[in-house]
Amino acid sequence: MFAGLRFAVSGGHCLQVVGDNGAGKTTLLRTLAGLLEPDEGEVRWNGQRVHTRGLEFQREFVYLGHQPPLKDDLTGRENLRFGLALRGSLPASDVEPAIDSALVEVGAAALGDRLVRSLSTGQRRRIALAALRLTPARIWLLDEPVTNLDAAGQAVVASMVAAQLDTGGVVVAATHQDLGLAPERCPRLLLGRRS
Amino acid sequence: MIGAALAVLARDLRLALRRPGQVLQPLAFFAVVTVLFPLGYTPELDKLRQIAPGVLWVAALLASLLSLESLFREDAQDGTLEQMLLAGQPLAALALAKTAAHWLLTGLPLTLMAPVLGIALGVPGSAMPGILSSLALGTVTLSLVGAVGAALTLGVRRGGVLLGLLTLPLTVPTLVFGARATELAIAGEGLSGALYLLAALAVFAVTLAPLAVAAALRIGSE
Amino acid sequence: MDWTWFHKFGSPPHVYRLARTLTPWFAWPAGILIVTALYGGLLLAPPDYQQGDGFRIVYVHAPSAWLSTMVYAVMASAAAVGLIWRMKVAHAVAASCAGIGASFTAASLVTGMLWGEPMWGTWWVWDPRLVAQLVLLFLFLGYIGLRSAIDDLGRADRASAVLAIVGVVNLPIIRYSVEWWNSIHQTPSVMKMDRPSMPMDMLAPLLMMLLGFTLFFAAVLLVRLRAEVLRRERGAAWVKEVVS
Repeated sequence: MFAGLRFAVSGGHCLQVVGDNGAGKTTLLRTLAGLLEPDEGEVRWNGQRVHTRGLEFQREFVYLGHQPPLKDDLTGRENLRFGLALRGSLPASDVEPAIDSALVEVGAAALGDRLVRSLSTGQRRRIALAALRLTPARIWLLDEPVTNLDAAGQAVVASMVAAQLDTGGVVVAATHQDLGLAPERCPRLLLGRRS
Repeated sequence: MIGAALAVLARDLRLALRRPGQVLQPLAFFAVVTVLFPLGYTPELDKLRQIAPGVLWVAALLASLLSLESLFREDAQDGTLEQMLLAGQPLAALALAKTAAHWLLTGLPLTLMAPVLGIALGVPGSAMPGILSSLALGTVTLSLVGAVGAALTLGVRRGGVLLGLLTLPLTVPTLVFGARATELAIAGEGLSGALYLLAALAVFAVTLAPLAVAAALRIGSE
Repeated sequence: MDWTWFHKFGSPPHVYRLARTLTPWFAWPAGILIVTALYGGLLLAPPDYQQGDGFRIVYVHAPSAWLSTMVYAVMASAAAVGLIWRMKVAHAVAASCAGIGASFTAASLVTGMLWGEPMWGTWWVWDPRLVAQLVLLFLFLGYIGLRSAIDDLGRADRASAVLAIVGVVNLPIIRYSVEWWNSIHQTPSVMKMDRPSMPMDMLAPLLMMLLGFTLFFAAVLLVRLRAEVLRRERGAAWVKEVVS
């Protein structure tokens, strides 16, 4: 799909992956997330080669793909509770307050108790952003994070990404739209036929 | 890890309760298939009793297969399977949790239904404990072996037929031991030997099948 | 320890050339052994005191059955190597084995049926060995079916590898359960030639046939492997050179 790719992102920095449809943006992100194994090459974290499928590394990142993982037959809150229980990073007593504040932050406080089936695509994405907010991780791998979001939603993403970078985290995002960050902070990686 | 696995189990059970129709389908299928045999063969209970072990087990097997098809399919479609793949938890444990949910929702109800259907096939009441215990053990193995097939055929076109072709040969030992246990139960003889064999199969399956399921799920999600 | 010799097998052109060189070394001895064994078995060996000349089909039946299991084991081993060391050539070996294995299994079933028919007057009996071969045929067909159902070659390779490994682990259990089933139900049995008490002029052609079949399998595998490697490496420069 692509070859000769080499890049590094350090703490507090972001990388914006751009390219035409089919250029491999999703493939690249999935490879970083360990869902795909590269035919050649490796992924390193903190200078060490990571086994991208290793459980330890999985705890270091959050991957938000095209389709937010949500069960139609559960409410937003139930989905978020499941995500937290799956990850196991929050003690039980902190779960509900954390979900409440995350929903408020992404502007989805009213959506939490509705079945996901009844939510629009944009609303589902907000729930997914709440899930992102709830998962502490140094690395964010975001595939088209702002599609289907209105201006308010995009602002939420921008502020979340900025906050993540401010705490020394890393963000790799595939998106056409601006994340609202200064270009020096978020250089672009162009994937295309010539890359 | 255990917390995450229990969360998966609880979630699947909650989802099933919100769609009770889907849970009942395999059970109805079990009943329909069993009822077809007297219609296709003979209404004489003495003769039906002789084929009852085979009928019950094959029908239970086919009914289990029905619900196995969707074990991972919906999760794969709405992205929650990927969520489990990336959760930082041993995938085999999560796979075991999903399979446990399948057994609780399909295997166990089938087992509980079997005595009722057995009566329709002329099975004496004294055989019921034997039938319950053998099916309870056998359906555990069926769920596990079937989960391997379901994971391998994830996203494959017309995967249902292929799932059957892949899974059924692997269920031969369970079928053989299980039907024999049922036969002994009906004859009023001791079936502990056959039950031990069924239990051994179940232990073997519980230990190894989740590993194969996890490997297959990763491969299927690429 | 220097593992380069092992990793060379990961190179398709190397494997292709190696296969091409080795094929005659297996094919010719296979041919000679099989012809000799057939002569010995069909003509020289004395007729069985019970079955007359009918037993002679064992010279095709037994090696076929033996090979069918061996091919499955080779297929599963190659698939495991491909899965663990991510060697595409190993997956090509496994893929090449499948058709051969299914054919041997089918041959053992057909010869088994031909053997049994004069004895019981019917074409099929539930002899445990025939049943075991039937299940093995389904395992092969399942493997082939899974491969053809998945479009992406890499995914088909890896999924069918998992299936092959699961199958090879279960095969002894399936065989044991069928034998157990047989011991309870006393099914009719295709006449079993007692190996230890078989006289030498009956045994020798059988062993020779077994070895001949094994070499034959190796030769056919190498030929199919070459075709499989060429197909997989279609676009590569070395393939264009070979084909032209």
